[in-house]
Amino acid sequence: MEWSWAFDWAREFYRETGINLTFVYDSFDRDRLARGFMNTVYLSLICLVLSVLIGIAGAWLQGSKLVWTRRIVQGYIQFFRNTPPLVQLYFFFFAVGSLMPTYENRFGMQEPMLDNFTWAVISLSFFAGAFNVEIFRSGIEAVPTSTVEAAESLGYNRLQTYRYIVLPLAFRVCLPALNNNLVNLVKTTTLAYAIAVPEMLYMANQIWSDSVNVPETMTFLLFAYVFLVGLLVWAMHSWERAMRLPGYGR
Amino acid sequence: MAWTPDQPIVSCKEVHKAFGAVEVLKGVSLDVAKGETICVIGPSGSGKSTLLRCINALVPINSGSITVEGQEVHDPKLDKLALRRKVGMVFQQYNLFPHKSALQNVMMAPVTVLKQDKAEVEQRAYRLLKKVRLEGKEQAYPGELSGGQQQRVAIARALAMNPDVMLFDEVTAALDPETVKEVLLTIRELAEEGMTCLLVTHEMGFAREIADMIYFTDRGVIVESGPPKDFFASAKDPRTKEFLSQIL
Ligand SMILES: Nc1ncnc2c1ncn2[C@@H]1O[C@H](COP(=O)(O)OP(=O)(O)OP(=O)(O)O)[C@@H](O)[C@H]1O
Ligand SMILES: [Mg+2]
Repeated sequence: MEWSWAFDWAREFYRETGINLTFVYDSFDRDRLARGFMNTVYLSLICLVLSVLIGIAGAWLQGSKLVWTRRIVQGYIQFFRNTPPLVQLYFFFFAVGSLMPTYENRFGMQEPMLDNFTWAVISLSFFAGAFNVEIFRSGIEAVPTSTVEAAESLGYNRLQTYRYIVLPLAFRVCLPALNNNLVNLVKTTTLAYAIAVPEMLYMANQIWSDSVNVPETMTFLLFAYVFLVGLLVWAMHSWERAMRLPGYGR
Repeated sequence: MAWTPDQPIVSCKEVHKAFGAVEVLKGVSLDVAKGETICVIGPSGSGKSTLLRCINALVPINSGSITVEGQEVHDPKLDKLALRRKVGMVFQQYNLFPHKSALQNVMMAPVTVLKQDKAEVEQRAYRLLKKVRLEGKEQAYPGELSGGQQQRVAIARALAMNPDVMLFDEVTAALDPETVKEVLLTIRELAEEGMTCLLVTHEMGFAREIADMIYFTDRGVIVESGPPKDFFASAKDPRTKEFLSQIL
């Protein structure tokens, strides 16, 4: 293809400098890294969406009249905030996973219901979700009660008030904090390595074990994360700008 | 017993309301006939806002009864939506939704709460904004409007639900004297069109002109009431006299 010049260049580069970019010119390594990159993107996106949904739902439940609902949400937050995410991941994959039923696959082997990718999604979403609940709650508390009262006086029920008034306003308040937490989440996806999810770090590790080019692959890895996180931050900032309340501040 | 327009549209009987140990309303009774405009005046903290909020079921009462069009407001089985369709409320701090344009502020409740047809509601919203003299400001956001303009959007927003009764809680208190006029003009037009209006206000001149009845409250009770002519000319209670002497 048109990319052959790049492959030739990488090979030439290796001969002249000894810097071995196998993941550029070697199609096997290239595919592995591309797959890892895409898996990291998928893992991040899915966890991003789920953790935000968990945050919204959790913040809603925290406003519940039922003491036990609030306590359960509070317990969830404390549990996930005060334990290391790697331990949480192990807990889900090895402890909870081993208790889950298995099914017989088409080769007649017993397979777990949920694969390691799914466990990573669950674990990381709940991890980031716990922080999101707190973030959204602080945003919700920043919405003036008088605004909520105005909605009530117009006949909005609690759910409608939450959906149309409180959330949109709370979102604006907590976007910077949310931004931070989501950046953290993307970086934390590397933990999925520990349960052999073929995300970018895992694949990079395989490449440098096979091709013995640790510094090269590491460097690429760092730049790839800078790129991904940069993309996320850029998207969040554009969103923040688009959501800015007209007539307030700058 | 069905309500008929010759009965009071809003009727409060011996309303008691306490926040914790603080008794804010200590047996308030008042009747408002359909099409009437009444003004509630009184010193700060006397429970005026609380009374309006009770009428709109924003806060529960401890005892007594409040009916709107014959329907008990504090009946636990009451359909609050049905009540709030009948009763519109405008607040001192406007309380517009800052993330929505003036037009959307007016349209939101009929569309999301009453599930009315969007195109039809939009037409009505344009008409209402024109009525409160905000033609051309439909797309402006609350942050881009002056206080008086925001307050008129808030009035249009309440009117969009087609209420039978409007509650105004010191709606001009946060405005500068110039813009007060615009808002009062809008309220006057509403009253003249036959809308039932309950106003809490410190604008005595306006109250005197517009009100059919004036109620003076102090420390949770109605001390004195009467048509404005009599009320301002010959207040009897010393508390009323003192209040009037301070404010006039
Ligand atoms: N949600 C609440 N919780 C506790 N106390 C309250 C609450 N709302 C009002 N109060 C108290 O009730 C009393 C009456 O308040 P209210 O707002 O009805 O007075 P007001 O007559 O409207 O006064 P103003 O002219 O200052 O608006 C005040 O002493 C106030 O502190
Ligand atoms: Mg008040």
